[in-house]
Amino acid sequence: MDNSIEFILNGQPVTYRGSATARLLDVLRDTYRQTGVKCGCKEGECGACSIILDGRLVNSCMVAMGRVGGSDVLTIEGYALTPQFKVLDAAYASVSAAQCGYCIPGMLLASECVLRTHPNPTEEQIREGISGNLCRCTGYNAIVKAVQSAAKEGAGLW
Amino acid sequence: MLDISRSVAKKDHAPKTNGSAMYVGDFAPDGLLYGQLVRSPYARAKVLGITLPPLPEGYFTVDASDVPGVNQVHIVKDDTPVFAEDTVEFIGDPVLMLVGPNEEEVARLAAAVQVAYEPLPAVTDIQSADTAFFTYQFGRGDVAQAFHTADKVYEESFETGYQEQAYLETQGLMADYVDGKVTVHGSLQCPYYIHGALIKALGLSPDRVRVVQDATGGGFGGKEDYPSILACQVAVAAIKANGKPVRVWFGRREDIEFTSKRHPSLCVYKVAVKDGRVTAMDIDVTFNAGAYTTLSAVVLQRGIIASPGVYEVPNLRVQGRAVKTNTVPNGAYRGFGAPQTFFAVEMMMDHIARDRGEDPLKFKLANASVQGAMTSTSGRYHFPVPLPRMAETVRHMSGYDQKWQAYAAPQTGRYRKGIGMSIWFHGAGFTGSGERDHIKAVTKLHKYADGRVEILASQAEIGQGICTTLCKIVANELNLPLDSVFYEYPDTDRVPDSGPTVASRSLMTVGELLRRAAIRLRSQWRDGEEQVVEEHFTEPDFVIPFHIETFEGDAYPTYAWAACAAEVTVDTLTGVNSLTGVWACFDVGTPMDENIVMGQMEGGLLQGLGYASMEQMAADRQGRIRNNSFTDYIIPTSVDVPVMQVKLHVEEYPHGPYGAKGAGELPLVGAAAAYMAAMEQALGANIRHIPFSAEDALHILTENQKEVR
Ligand code: FES
Ligand code: FES
Repeated sequence: MDNSIEFILNGQPVTYRGSATARLLDVLRDTYRQTGVKCGCKEGECGACSIILDGRLVNSCMVAMGRVGGSDVLTIEGYALTPQFKVLDAAYASVSAAQCGYCIPGMLLASECVLRTHPNPTEEQIREGISGNLCRCTGYNAIVKAVQSAAKEGAGLW
Repeated sequence: MLDISRSVAKKDHAPKTNGSAMYVGDFAPDGLLYGQLVRSPYARAKVLGITLPPLPEGYFTVDASDVPGVNQVHIVKDDTPVFAEDTVEFIGDPVLMLVGPNEEEVARLAAAVQVAYEPLPAVTDIQSADTAFFTYQFGRGDVAQAFHTADKVYEESFETGYQEQAYLETQGLMADYVDGKVTVHGSLQCPYYIHGALIKALGLSPDRVRVVQDATGGGFGGKEDYPSILACQVAVAAIKANGKPVRVWFGRREDIEFTSKRHPSLCVYKVAVKDGRVTAMDIDVTFNAGAYTTLSAVVLQRGIIASPGVYEVPNLRVQGRAVKTNTVPNGAYRGFGAPQTFFAVEMMMDHIARDRGEDPLKFKLANASVQGAMTSTSGRYHFPVPLPRMAETVRHMSGYDQKWQAYAAPQTGRYRKGIGMSIWFHGAGFTGSGERDHIKAVTKLHKYADGRVEILASQAEIGQGICTTLCKIVANELNLPLDSVFYEYPDTDRVPDSGPTVASRSLMTVGELLRRAAIRLRSQWRDGEEQVVEEHFTEPDFVIPFHIETFEGDAYPTYAWAACAAEVTVDTLTGVNSLTGVWACFDVGTPMDENIVMGQMEGGLLQGLGYASMEQMAADRQGRIRNNSFTDYIIPTSVDVPVMQVKLHVEEYPHGPYGAKGAGELPLVGAAAAYMAAMEQALGANIRHIPFSAEDALHILTENQKEVR
């Protein structure tokens, strides 16, 4: 049965018509072409599909469309237009934190959430904050460093 | 630091952070069809017949009878069928592919396909294997005599388990067939390997086959041979799809269960020691190849060549075999056979040192090879062997000496500590004469009239930064800003075959070709004109030719070196250990970009630590991989390790660009041994297998207690 589900996607109101049990991940990728939202497992284990839903980092593969009505969804495509992204992006670039890139959209959104909660995060807080996002390439050192340097460079933004 | 080592923003950084990079799953062309493989549920069986469910309009299947060329995937020995024909040889062996426009419907129909099988007896573990796909043997000196005159002879067996590459993007490829030409694109490491496989399976001429790499979410070897198999399957479907594109993109469970992994191994070492020196090693290595040969021959070669470790062994006998089991075929994974044997030899040396009451590091360094010494294959270490200095660096970084002393005293509390160190090499580039005899790499530089220069090569950017480092080399030689040199994802219609992206060869070998090409272009440079220069591989003069029949000569032109220390705390109540420190020093020659090299070192090191302990994967008695999701196959997260402290040591390789050597695989190779050496000290017992679990630790602790009573 098709439902009509209204939500905000990257600041724009949209109306999704389709099944309430569809995965948000699939809908974002297939219907809204937000292919920066990556799929690494569809089981809530890898964090590649991370988005920010009503201010919280979630795995979009574990969210059914029925839950999304009235919510605010931010994907990497939307986040990439923000001043916060600019700072984090530059910090990631300065330490070459993106290798294969597949975890990176999710990792950036996880980093954003770390900085929202802890504008001056300790290393432990960063590691904890990104611990739901697997990265097979970097060993995480560079990503931790990038978040630390973004906190410095973007002081006041978060 | 050389100027070229200074880090730059990576060329592919922006699309990877803003989400615009196109991976194979991100394409949504009109008329896209989805393919799903129907796989054998039996480890070995005769295929009696296939009954299809009623297929709606637009749905179809392909199987062995649809393969227009030869039903074999060209890899090394071509025994892998595109689709299984009369028999299936492992759980997951593909029998057919179901194709159609709706993904869910395809999955439903694929599940409804009935294949009748007659199950046959299967061999599912390495111990009961009775078929050797490959057997090699080499050595020198008089091993028997050395054992006879030794002060003491040590004999031990070591086992290593599976390791899954666990690239974050699962395997996926797309194909279409338009105007008599097949195009395959997707997640891959070796465009020309796939090109060659397609020519054979499809029976098409080379100009009717095109392979293009998309953004690729990690490979680590996992996308070296496997995509050749998947490409043939997808292309056969595309030919039947009549112009419509077909995509197969695995789910995580399918990917883990049915694609290649690191070979499980069984190594038996017999070592003679006289006057504190190793005088002989007799080594027997068995790798579990799985059901088809794929890359096992070459993986085994590297594994056995590395089996005496970094040590100078005057009398040596090495035997290796890759055996057939009815399990998923194992293939390439970062390190390519060497992580197995390096684990074994490093533990062996630790155990001998402990038996002698010596600090293992001292014993190892006293037996380590030096420049000019003979390699295991009677070649030479032509260039400096910096191990003593690197070990020194790691000793200082880690406080190894004091810690080792402190933890060597008997420990009784709930939490016990240990520190261990391993030293290793990785042979840079292809094993033996592969580069000269088989690959024969060709690269080109294309200068456009506007002065921009394009690199034409078949190297795949898979996260290792090759699209940046190659551009840096060319820009540096041509004195151009980095923006003026570019490198696109390889497309076999446009680029020559500069070889596969494997064996830590891309930067060292192809980078050097490009450097030479750039020098030539510079000398011929004409403003405003379009120019192309081409460069071919030549083997450096100093190399002692390698003979694969006898395993004699230089297996590698040079080596990358490593020393690593790990420190652990073990909770004796739960058996759980935590890594409290990891320190390493790596020599990969001149770094072409410091950040990129450090990223490779840290990422590879963490994979090596995962291999030792948390990455547990096993096949059951039926031959099915049990740990097929990230819930059951645990790879390290950001909280599982402390900061890994890595330093670089630079021994320039005169035949690599600006002194660069192979880098990518090195950091993984010997990490497990450092970790397990630390565990041994904490537990006060010898360890002979990885992955080593909390249960294993508890087992040892209970045994120890029994002994005390
Ligand atoms: S795809 Fe959602 S957590 Fe992996
Ligand atoms: S950059 Fe490849 S998985 Fe993180």
